[in-house]
Amino acid sequence: MLNSLKLYFRYIDLSLRGQMQYRASFIMRSTAQFLVTSMEFLALMALFQRFGQVRDWKMPEVAMLYGMISIAFAIAEAVARGFDVFPPLIRMGDFDRFLLRPRSTELQILGQELKPRLGRLIQGAIVLGFAFSTLSLKWTIAKVLLLICSILGGVCLFSGLFIIQAAMCFWTIESIEIVNCTTYGGVQAGQLPMSIYKPGMRIFFTYVVPIASVNYLPARIILGRSDALPAWLAPMGGVVFLVAALRIFQAGVRHYRSTGS
Amino acid sequence: MRPYLAILDSRCRMLLQYRVVALAGIVTQVFWGLLFTAMYRAFYHASKTAQPLNEGQVITYIWLGQAMLLLTFNRPDSELATMISSGAVAYELTRPVDLYNSWLARCAGTKAAPLVLRAIPILLLGGMFFGMATPVSVSAGVLFLISIILGLILAATITTLVTITMLWTISGEGMAALLPPLIYISSGMLIPLPLWPDWVKRIFDWLPFRGLIDTPFRVYLGDFHGIFAARAMAQQVIWILIIVMIGRVTLQRGLRRLVVQGG
Repeated sequence: MLNSLKLYFRYIDLSLRGQMQYRASFIMRSTAQFLVTSMEFLALMALFQRFGQVRDWKMPEVAMLYGMISIAFAIAEAVARGFDVFPPLIRMGDFDRFLLRPRSTELQILGQELKPRLGRLIQGAIVLGFAFSTLSLKWTIAKVLLLICSILGGVCLFSGLFIIQAAMCFWTIESIEIVNCTTYGGVQAGQLPMSIYKPGMRIFFTYVVPIASVNYLPARIILGRSDALPAWLAPMGGVVFLVAALRIFQAGVRHYRSTGS
Repeated sequence: MRPYLAILDSRCRMLLQYRVVALAGIVTQVFWGLLFTAMYRAFYHASKTAQPLNEGQVITYIWLGQAMLLLTFNRPDSELATMISSGAVAYELTRPVDLYNSWLARCAGTKAAPLVLRAIPILLLGGMFFGMATPVSVSAGVLFLISIILGLILAATITTLVTITMLWTISGEGMAALLPPLIYISSGMLIPLPLWPDWVKRIFDWLPFRGLIDTPFRVYLGDFHGIFAARAMAQQVIWILIIVMIGRVTLQRGLRRLVVQGG
């Protein structure tokens, strides 16, 4: 275990140092990302300026949902990047090499690349900071922990989605874009209170891809809108999802037939 | 005219082969349409003040946007891009046709086929199940068709221009990287343009990108009618002419300094 962890950090160290060789390009990309996500948020602000609120949710409350989900997604995109660049490995037959090495395949895939998404991360943090400074919430230690766990749960959930997307390649060879509905669509859905969606969509984002459990449900507790016990445990939904995703991935590995060289 | 029409036709035929890609695109677009319309319904639910567009108009605008999404994508034509970086573009120069026109026809074809393939099912689904309205009148419908074709031509001229700039940058950075976010915001794809604050609208009115989808959509909704529709569509034509001119000049300059590598 400890050995694996050491190996992982060694991988990450190499990946980061490699990327820092292209510092200008890294800064450019981060800035562009920051600008685009900021424009998206400004558009949302423009709508709030026009309409006042969305259902019974005010702008800072929505900003909190937005910040939480953005931060979780930015971290997951960085950490699970290896799974995002996975499909070509299958198509070219390069995955065979991973299977030969005496370490877990998941670890090797994770270690392939860590791509910091600073643009989105910083933007999400600013929005979250703005939300907290406007809301004047009553913080307790339990609520702070809940916030942190929700974001970590979100990281697990989105990582799980990237893993499932990669796992599907074992059956289809090509990557399938439809999964984007759940990753980017999940971010979009999570930015707003779940209560605005029709039942079908709400059930999908609560029980199938549990975006609500790492975002909307805990956020309601932090905002003092609810104090139901199940919502305190909701962030676990992200962890459960990640475990299930890993199971699917392992089933994929067992199903794997190399495309040859 | 004949050779250019032939180029357009062959591009369309080739792309019509990719039906599975289109199907995946349709599912994705419908999903996003549902997410966005839910958001606008919730906003309209919260406020009774009169808005530049009413709820039904915004819902229609969103579905039209999902159907016409590809008009706002302006990545350089991938085959021409490869030709430019590999040097095969030299063959293009030997053909007895006007280079700019043939590239424009190619870009228009690459856009038109997938656009139609995606748009029709999404419009049908949107109209039947998700509250998208028909054009306000027959004349609005006809004007919409003209305006959306202008939008397509405008999109093709922009894509051609972006492709031409690759004669300088090869890698496709620069303009090709800068444009997509700008178009995403100022075309009406991010949120319908009428919903921005007035000072933002005034800026977007002066940019060419609202001609891609916002102008046709507002003609469809009857938000632009009579003299306003005529003016907005004239603006589309003027921008097409300007971008064609810039494209031609840029292409000429580019060819003058073009060095084909390899032998």
